[in-house]
Amino acid sequence: MLRRRQLGLAAAGTLAPVALAAPALAQGGPTEIQFWHGLAQPLGGLLEAIANDFNNSQNRARVVSTFRGGYPETMVAAIAAFRAGTAPHIVQMFEVGTGTMMAAGRAIKPLHELLRETNVNINFDDYLPAVRGYYSLADGRMMSMPFNSSTAIMFYNKDAFRRAGLNPDEAPKTWAEVRQAAQRIKAAGHEMPFTTAWPTWTQIEQQSAIHNQEIASQENGFGGLNTELRVNNPLMQRHFTNLLEMGREGTFRWGGRDSAGDALFASGQAAIVHASSGARARFVREVPGGVANIGAAMLPYYEDVPGAPINSIIGGASFWAMNRGPNAQRSADENRAIAEFFAFLARPEVAAKWHTDTGFLPVTRSAYERVRQSGFYEQNPGADIPIQQLLRGDRMTGASRGIRLGGFVEIRVIMQEEMERALQGQQAAPQALQNMTTRGNAVLRNFERTNRG
Amino acid sequence: MRKVHFKGIALPYLLLLPQLVITGLFFFWPAGMAVYQSFLREDAFGLSSQFVGWENYADVLSDPTWLESAARTGVFSVSVAVLALGVALFLAVQADKHIRGADTYKTLLIWPYAVAPALAAVLWLFMFHPNIGIFGRMLNALGIPWDYRLNGGQALTLVILASAWKQVSYNFIFFLAGLQSIPRAVLEAAAIDGASPMRRFWTVVFPLLSPTAFFLLVVNLVYAFFDTFGVIHSLTQGGPGKSTETLIYRVYTDGVMNLNLGSSAAQSVILMIIVVVLTAVQFRYVERKVHY
Amino acid sequence: MDLAEKTRRRRRREAVVTHLCLILGVLIFAFPIYLTIIGSTHDVNTIGRGDVPMVPGGEAVANYTQAWEAGGGRYMGTPAGRMLANSLVMALLIAFGKIAISLTSAYAVVFFRFPGRMVCFWLIFITLMLPVEVRIIPTFQVMVDLQLINTMTGLVVPLIASATATLLFRQFFLTIPDEYVEAAKIDGAGPLRFFRDVVLPLSVTNVAALFVILFIYGWNQYLWPLLIVNDRSLETIVVGLTKMIGGGDSQNEWNVIMATAVYALLPPVAVVLLMQRWFVKGLTETEK
Repeated sequence: MLRRRQLGLAAAGTLAPVALAAPALAQGGPTEIQFWHGLAQPLGGLLEAIANDFNNSQNRARVVSTFRGGYPETMVAAIAAFRAGTAPHIVQMFEVGTGTMMAAGRAIKPLHELLRETNVNINFDDYLPAVRGYYSLADGRMMSMPFNSSTAIMFYNKDAFRRAGLNPDEAPKTWAEVRQAAQRIKAAGHEMPFTTAWPTWTQIEQQSAIHNQEIASQENGFGGLNTELRVNNPLMQRHFTNLLEMGREGTFRWGGRDSAGDALFASGQAAIVHASSGARARFVREVPGGVANIGAAMLPYYEDVPGAPINSIIGGASFWAMNRGPNAQRSADENRAIAEFFAFLARPEVAAKWHTDTGFLPVTRSAYERVRQSGFYEQNPGADIPIQQLLRGDRMTGASRGIRLGGFVEIRVIMQEEMERALQGQQAAPQALQNMTTRGNAVLRNFERTNRG
Repeated sequence: MRKVHFKGIALPYLLLLPQLVITGLFFFWPAGMAVYQSFLREDAFGLSSQFVGWENYADVLSDPTWLESAARTGVFSVSVAVLALGVALFLAVQADKHIRGADTYKTLLIWPYAVAPALAAVLWLFMFHPNIGIFGRMLNALGIPWDYRLNGGQALTLVILASAWKQVSYNFIFFLAGLQSIPRAVLEAAAIDGASPMRRFWTVVFPLLSPTAFFLLVVNLVYAFFDTFGVIHSLTQGGPGKSTETLIYRVYTDGVMNLNLGSSAAQSVILMIIVVVLTAVQFRYVERKVHY
Repeated sequence: MDLAEKTRRRRRREAVVTHLCLILGVLIFAFPIYLTIIGSTHDVNTIGRGDVPMVPGGEAVANYTQAWEAGGGRYMGTPAGRMLANSLVMALLIAFGKIAISLTSAYAVVFFRFPGRMVCFWLIFITLMLPVEVRIIPTFQVMVDLQLINTMTGLVVPLIASATATLLFRQFFLTIPDEYVEAAKIDGAGPLRFFRDVVLPLSVTNVAALFVILFIYGWNQYLWPLLIVNDRSLETIVVGLTKMIGGGDSQNEWNVIMATAVYALLPPVAVVLLMQRWFVKGLTETEK
């Protein structure tokens, strides 16, 4: 009775931006595929537009997209839904969830299995090695479908540079230069010269990678679950000390956890930000002065570290095919629909459009070629910075392939907490790094014990 | 005790049935499950579990960050209770005086009872957000670096203020009722003795209010313990660092966000024990009052 | 100056101080609301810059309409109209549900003698010690097993068990004189008729008082909807509001958020103000 009324209510509210799990349409109608994603506007809308393009391109399957809050909320919701036997067919999972998903056994449908069973072919040789490597097993079999991959880069506000007497077309390359620029910007009266989004990703994970420094043993966890954190190293001690000093002199301001720092740059408050290349779409829309006022550059490095800089690692998210629940499999039709949607995403024109619309990476070489030939990079200087940074250096190392830790979501929170405490002046750099190591290792051991068998 | 009753056995059971079914399904069964799960280690997807004995309890009780949360919860709860009780008592004493418009004042002080804790937090965020809040900006303009998203002490202060703000009206209602039940004759006798108003309050009025005050203290502690989840969740999410993480918030993050089901269950059981103690204290007191 | 004059002056001085204290108190409670209402009448940039004037602006209609129809933009929120409807249904069902099952259980415990009476009473009583906050995960699991996630039933039913309301009605029923029951028996009235014709009419004031408290209890639920609702069409307004704020992002549409906050405030505050008398009585009597 109640449920019926509630469904009626829901159906009446056509304004609600959600697609309800409508019962399957008439026999022979399209197979409905539930797709949960974690991208707020404007990215979420662009992503849903791609799903709609897929729906319009054929009539066998219909992808129903639902926004589930940020990445962590989406992950939690998907896992809870799996336990409840109502998992979505596809969930967008951020890269930190990769380790957890890989160990998830029958909760997920590995991509290579899905493609084999449905005879759908996707050419993964075309994918950038950094992207492919992140989501595949050691033997190269793909586990999830790469889609919105980004890497961290540096954005800066050209007006702020001009006001401080800096050349707006020449970004600082090293940390020493960043600090100098930040000091001049501060002297010019800017209250927030430098901040960062995704603090652990940009300042710990990316900085370690470009300096060829492992953050965890066993090649950042790719070698096995018995990995241990290695963040308390001279490079990170030096980097943290540097950040804390910048914090004290007022040239670095903490922008908050996760993506919160984006807002500070988008509003024009912060002059320099380290953020996901995927934030470009938002910045172009919101930063005062628009695209002409935004500079993009590679992440700064310490020039005296031998061999540095090499390639950065990716972030963003991939799409996982999930089983419905602990005791429920998908039908062949459903699997086929999922696979076809994935194949649609791999088309060069789809990947290329996503790249140019948003600032996420062109995940395949053919998409990159397509965009390059279109002259997009000449019209949008800096839009190819992420891909150049990903290809920097001559080889990918165990420290720069990616990170695969179980319970990484929790470890990131721990790292953010310890960073926050250090920036409050409660602890020095080595102490913060040591606490991260101790507390993070406890999470890793717990994950190892839970997933051993 | 009633001496006359209706006959029948089926009917009373039938009348009790809905309540008993609900309590059984949604209270006792999950509580039992919490105890059971606290001895297991489970993966996030619920695909495997193993019996680990007291390991979850040992892990929780030896985790320094959990012990810090416990201490913080104590500081937080006592601060909220003292602040909310103090302000409420002060206002109740004023409103109890014979002045014009006393009823209007009462109405204007009672309504915040209707504000949800999470909503109270949002209202305080509007005032103290470092970028959009009027006071947040004012503090920064005065050269006091205010950002509760980075400064743990400021975050805790803000969470305490917002939590206490919401609770004052509740306490006010009870204190006022308590004050109004004090016989006028007692007060007039004290006045004739020539004692100063302050002295009169502490020697005559306050002792008569103390049962109410004690009852409210327990209620406020329980409130600060459990009902402030919404305040913390909407203001600080437990941060920065762990500086606003209370035990309840911890159960939530460990269970819902980090998916450490065993640890979360063990923490739940520990909390249940704390509630039992608090409730027992409360009802011991109620019993005594009945005997007066 | 004589003594009487002095006393009168002192009295007046005291009265002024009292008024000042009370006005200050009222301001502390009213100011945040005032600020929110003002904020909800300005455009997003005025608030985003942080210099909100202390007088209303001209964007009220636009803001309240947007909140009602579309919700906050960036996080693809639920329209406030929908969330208000959800909250209202939830709060009313919880309030009436709690009152109904507490009335019947208290009636059974007080007016009948049957084996297991005290056991039942204590089973209900003990639930006081098991707030949802301490059994989050296993309760979630039970809801999953019963397929109550994302349903209004799941939102309401587990919350309608009520030890406090049962205790209140039990207390009240004990004051109904035995003579009434005897008279009913002599008239040949059965227990159900006695309940309908005598007990219910006598309980009206108590029910009204409890209604206010329970409505607010239901309206203000936070953790429970947060846990078991992740379908946005079922979002309640208190939870939906904080989801709109997210991490306090300074690019939030604060004007719409503030309008939504006003929507969230109005119904429970109106209930308290309109039913103030019953509410105060209900509160002081339930909790003691």
